[in-house]
Amino acid sequence: MEAYIYDAIRTVRGKGNKKGALIGITPTELATQTLIALKEKHNLDTTQVEDVILGCVGQVKDQAANIAKTAAQHSNYGDHLCGVTLNRFCGSGLEAINQAAAYVKSGFRELIVAGGVESMSRVKMGADGGGMFMDPSIAIPGNIVPQGISADLIASKYGYSRNDVDQFAYTSQMRAVAAEKDNRFKSRIAIKDIDGFKVLDKDENVRSSTTVESLGTLKPSFAMMGAMAGFDAVAIDRYPEVETIEHVHHAGNSSAIVDGAAIALVGSKAAGEAIGLKPKFKIRAAAIHGTDPTIMLTGIGPASLKALTQAGMKPSDIDLFEINEAFAAVVIKAMSDIGVDHSKVNVNGGAIAMGHPLGATGCMLTGTLMDELERRNLSTGLVTLCIGGGMGIATIIERVG
Amino acid sequence: MQNIKNDLFHFELGADGIGILTIDQVNNPTNLFSLEFIGEFIKVAQQAVEDDTVKGVIITSGRTMFMPGADLRELKSMSKNLEQQLNGALKMHQQFRAIETVGKPFVAAINGTAMGGGLELCLVCHHRIVLNSTKIKLGFPESKVGLLPGGGGTVKSPYLMGIQNALIYLLQGKEVRPQQALKDGLINDLAENQEELIAKSKAWILANPTPIQPWDNKKHRMPGGGFWTPNGLQTIMGSVGNVSKMTHGNYPAQKYILQVVHDGLQIPIDRALEVEARFFIKLVGSREAKNMIRTGFMGMQAAKKGKARPKDQPKYEIKKLGILGAGMMGAGIAYVSAKAGMDVILKDISIENAEKGKAYSRKILDKAIAKGRSTEEKAVALLSKIETTADVSKMAGCDLVIEAVFEDPNLKDKVTKETEAVLDPTKIYASNTSTIPITLLAKSSARPENFIGIHFFSPVDKMPLVEIIVGERTSKKAIAAAVDYTVAIGKIPIVVNDSRGFFTSRCFGTFVNEGMFLLEEGVPAAMIENIARKKGMPVGPLAVHDEVTLTLSAHVIESDPRPKSPSTIRSYKMVKDLIENHGRTSKKDGKGFYDYPAGEKKKLWKGLSEKYNSNMDALDQETVANRIMHRQALESFRCLEEGVLNSVMDGDIGSVLGWGFPIYTGGALSYIDFVGIKQFVADCDLFREKYGERWMVSDKLRSMAENGSSIHDFS
Repeated sequence: MEAYIYDAIRTVRGKGNKKGALIGITPTELATQTLIALKEKHNLDTTQVEDVILGCVGQVKDQAANIAKTAAQHSNYGDHLCGVTLNRFCGSGLEAINQAAAYVKSGFRELIVAGGVESMSRVKMGADGGGMFMDPSIAIPGNIVPQGISADLIASKYGYSRNDVDQFAYTSQMRAVAAEKDNRFKSRIAIKDIDGFKVLDKDENVRSSTTVESLGTLKPSFAMMGAMAGFDAVAIDRYPEVETIEHVHHAGNSSAIVDGAAIALVGSKAAGEAIGLKPKFKIRAAAIHGTDPTIMLTGIGPASLKALTQAGMKPSDIDLFEINEAFAAVVIKAMSDIGVDHSKVNVNGGAIAMGHPLGATGCMLTGTLMDELERRNLSTGLVTLCIGGGMGIATIIERVG
Repeated sequence: MQNIKNDLFHFELGADGIGILTIDQVNNPTNLFSLEFIGEFIKVAQQAVEDDTVKGVIITSGRTMFMPGADLRELKSMSKNLEQQLNGALKMHQQFRAIETVGKPFVAAINGTAMGGGLELCLVCHHRIVLNSTKIKLGFPESKVGLLPGGGGTVKSPYLMGIQNALIYLLQGKEVRPQQALKDGLINDLAENQEELIAKSKAWILANPTPIQPWDNKKHRMPGGGFWTPNGLQTIMGSVGNVSKMTHGNYPAQKYILQVVHDGLQIPIDRALEVEARFFIKLVGSREAKNMIRTGFMGMQAAKKGKARPKDQPKYEIKKLGILGAGMMGAGIAYVSAKAGMDVILKDISIENAEKGKAYSRKILDKAIAKGRSTEEKAVALLSKIETTADVSKMAGCDLVIEAVFEDPNLKDKVTKETEAVLDPTKIYASNTSTIPITLLAKSSARPENFIGIHFFSPVDKMPLVEIIVGERTSKKAIAAAVDYTVAIGKIPIVVNDSRGFFTSRCFGTFVNEGMFLLEEGVPAAMIENIARKKGMPVGPLAVHDEVTLTLSAHVIESDPRPKSPSTIRSYKMVKDLIENHGRTSKKDGKGFYDYPAGEKKKLWKGLSEKYNSNMDALDQETVANRIMHRQALESFRCLEEGVLNSVMDGDIGSVLGWGFPIYTGGALSYIDFVGIKQFVADCDLFREKYGERWMVSDKLRSMAENGSSIHDFS
C-alpha cells in the first residue's frame, strides 16, 4: 500500500521573542488555524480524518498535555478525531509525516493530519529540562554539548571559515527575499487573531538588507558558553584532533528562533477517493540515522543516503533538496556528505532566513519543497534535518498525477 | 539529664536549661568526625531531646579547632564492607534527622576550624555562630581526596547558599573564613569572643524554642531559585560542562557531587540523604579516592613531616643559608628560605646580578600585598633577611650552601672548590642540579660525605616538591640536613639515589619523548596534546617541551657521556632537525612546537602537519593515550627496580608533584595497578613488538604480573 500527501499548509513564521508578532497567539491556536485552513480550502469531509500527529519539542506550559489532541478538539473536526504529540526534537515535524505514512502503508489508518507546532516565544528552548543535558550520569560520559558548540565543532573539524558560513547565510537570506518577491510560498497562510484581523502575513525574520559584511560584524553566539561552561573542552575530549573550537556561528548564520505551525494531509489512495482529492506526492522513503551526541548534527548525510537506498535512487535522481538550516556549517557538511551542490538545495532560502520553529520545521520544509517542485514542474525531492542528541532524518517524495 | 564527661566530649546542663556539649577528643591530636564520636554524640543528643528540662543544646569545642574533618584512617577499613557502611550511613542520617526535626534548638558555637564532617555536624544544628577570627576555616574539602560530603553537606548546602554557590564549595573544596561564610549563607552569625559566642547561642535558643530547618520548611526559598527554575537548570547544565572540563571524566567525586545535587534537589530531604549516602559509599570504595587519600593525603603528610630523614641523626639546624647563583632558581630558593625565617646570603658574580635575584622576592611580595595576603611590614622584614653579595667568603658562616649555577659541570666544579675553601668543613653543600649525577659533581668536593643534591622545581615559590639526591658517598647527616631544610621551608621531600636525571627529570623526559615520537609517526599534534590532557596531564608533551626548551633537551643528551639508546638517538635527531632546519627552539623564542603570537593564545605550528604527514587515522586514541601514560610508569618502575627510588610512595609523590602525573591514578607507579599490572605488561609487550626496545619489561615486573601482585607489594 502507498502513502500519499494530498496537501500541506504552513503558517507564516513570527520572531520567537517578546517582540515577535505571534507571541499573543497560543501554540494550540497556531496549529488549529492550519487545520481550519485545510478544511476550508478543500471543503474537507473531516469525518474521514482519523488522527492528528503533531511534533512538538517543548512539551511544557501551553504546549503540554498533548497539544495534538488539544488542537484537534479546538478545530471542530468532530469528536471522533484523535491526536498524538511526538518529540524527535528538530525532526519532529517530518517524523510526524513519516509515522503517518507508516500507518497508512500498514493499513491501520486511512487518513491522517501530520505536522508540528512550536511557539518559541512562549515556551523557551530548554524549558522542558530533561536528563540529556542535565543529568550528570548521562551528560558527562556522553560528552554532551549544546547544539551551537556542535555546529562550531563541525566547522572547526572540517575547516569551514567564518566567511564560508557567512556566505552561506547570505545566500539563504537572498533566496528567501527573492522567493517572497516572486510570491512562491503558495501554501503558506497568514495568522489572524480571534476577531479575524490580520496578525502576520509574511515571514517576519527575513532580512533583505543582509550583506556578507553586515553578517561579518556579528559576535559569535557560543564562544562564551564554550569557554565559561567548559563545553569547548568537552567537545575536544571526544574530538582531540581539533586544536581549538572556532566559534563561527552567530545569530545571522544559525536558524532563527520563531513561532509557527504546519500540517500535511497524508492518506491512502482510497482515502483520497473518499474525500474527492487527488494525491500530489507519493512518499517514497523515510529513514533515520544516529551519530554521537557531541558532534550531534551530522546525521543528515547518512540518513539521506539510507533513504536513497530505500528508494533505489542516487543523489543525482533528486531534483531538489530541503536541508534544514539549523546552522550554516551543518548544511555545508551535509551537502558534501550527500554530494550535492547548493544550487539544488534550499532554493528558496531556509531556516537561517525564515526561522526554525522546532516541532514544525520538518513539515514546513516538506510543504516548501512541494510548492517548488510543482512550480518548476519537477518530480523528486528530499527533505532532511539534523536532530539534537545525535540524529538525522530524511524523507523522499515524488510527484504523482 | 546528668552531666557527662568522657574521652570525646563533656556535657553540662546549666541552670537556664541549656546544655553545652564541648567536644574534646583527648586521645586525638584534634577533634575528628569518626564513627565512635558520632555514635556517642547521637546518644547524648537523643537524651537531651527526650529530657523536657533541656531547652536546647550548644555544641562547641574544647580544642583549638572545632573539628577539621573526618578521620581518614577509618576509610581504609570502611571500604572493606561497603554494604554495612551504607546501612550505617543511612542509620546515621535517620538519627541526625530525628534530632533536627524534633523541634528542640541545637546551636553550633563554632570556635575553631570546622571542615568536612565537622561542618556537617554544624549543619545538623539549627543555627551556626562562628568566632570572627581569620584563623578559622570553614568548607568541604572532601572532593580533594576523591570523596563527597557524606554527612548531609552535599544535599543541604544548596538550601543555604543556593545551587551555584554551593557547587563551588562542594566541587572545588573551597575553604573560607567566617566573614565570607556569613556572606554566602553557610553560617548565620558571628561573635567576637567566646563569651559572646555562648551568649548569642543561648539567646537564640531562648528566642527559637521550636526551630525548623530550611530543607524542612515549605516557605524557605532557595537562594537564586530552586532546581526547576531557569537559573537552576542553567547552573546544573553549566556545571556539567565545567565538571567535564575540570575532570575529563577521571575524577568520579566531582561527577557524583553534581549527581547528588541534581537528584537530591528534586526529592524530599530524607530521600535525598539516602542518595547522598549511596554515592558517598560508592566513592569510599572507588580506586580514585583510595589513590588520592593514600598518595595525596597520607603519603604527602608523612613526607612533609620528614619521614624520609634517617632516624638516628640529630636535627640539623639551619640558621644561615648560602645560595650560589641568583638566577631564576637561586632567587626562588632565597625567597622560600627567607620566608621560613632563615638568614640568606645570595651570591652571584656581581652584586647587580645578586640584587636582580633579590628583586624577584620583592615582586612576589608585591603581588601578595596586592592580593591582601601580606603587608609592607612583613615584606620589609623578609627582604631584610636576604643579603646580596659577589664575595664567596660570605659563605663562611652558612649552615647549608645551595649551588644553583648554570648546568655546566666545569662551572659547578669551580664554585664547589672556591666555596669549600671558606665553608666550615662540618657544614653541608648541596647542588640544585636537575640532571647531572651528584656522584660526578661530588668529585669536585674535598668532603663528598657532606655533598648532596637538592633539586627544586620551577617556579620555586609555587612548586611543593624537593627531590633530594644521595650520591655514592653522601652521609646520613647530609641527608638529614637536606630533609630538615626541606621540611623547614614547608616543602615535601623525596629522597632518591643517584642516576642521570635522578627520578623526576628522567621520567618526565619519557613523557616529552613519547609525545615527539607519536608526532613523528603521523599522529596530529593536537591529538597528542589533547589526549595527554584528557588523561589528566596538566600540559601536553609538546607544549611542555617548548617550556623546557628544545635547546635544553639537545644539551642534556649531548652532555650525557653514556652510550646512547636508539630512542635517545631518535629524539636527538628530531630535536636537532627542528632547531637547525626550522628554527623551532622554545616558547621563550616564540617558536617551538607552537607559535606564540604576542597577546594571543598559542597555536600549534602549522608546519608540523606537513613535516610529519599528520593523519588523524595514524593511530587510535587509546593507543596514543597508553603510550603517553604507560611510558612514564614503565620508566618509574625502572627507577624503583634500579634503586633510584626507595619506595613506591616516593615515586608516586614525585610524579604527582614533580611533573603533574594525575593524582587519580595514585601516581606513576600506582598507575600500573590502576591499569591492572597484567594488562600493563601485556600492553608494553605489544608496544615493544611494534615500537621498539624502550618498551622492554623487566623480569621483575613480569613476574609480579604473573603472580597478580600489586605494585605496592614491590620489595
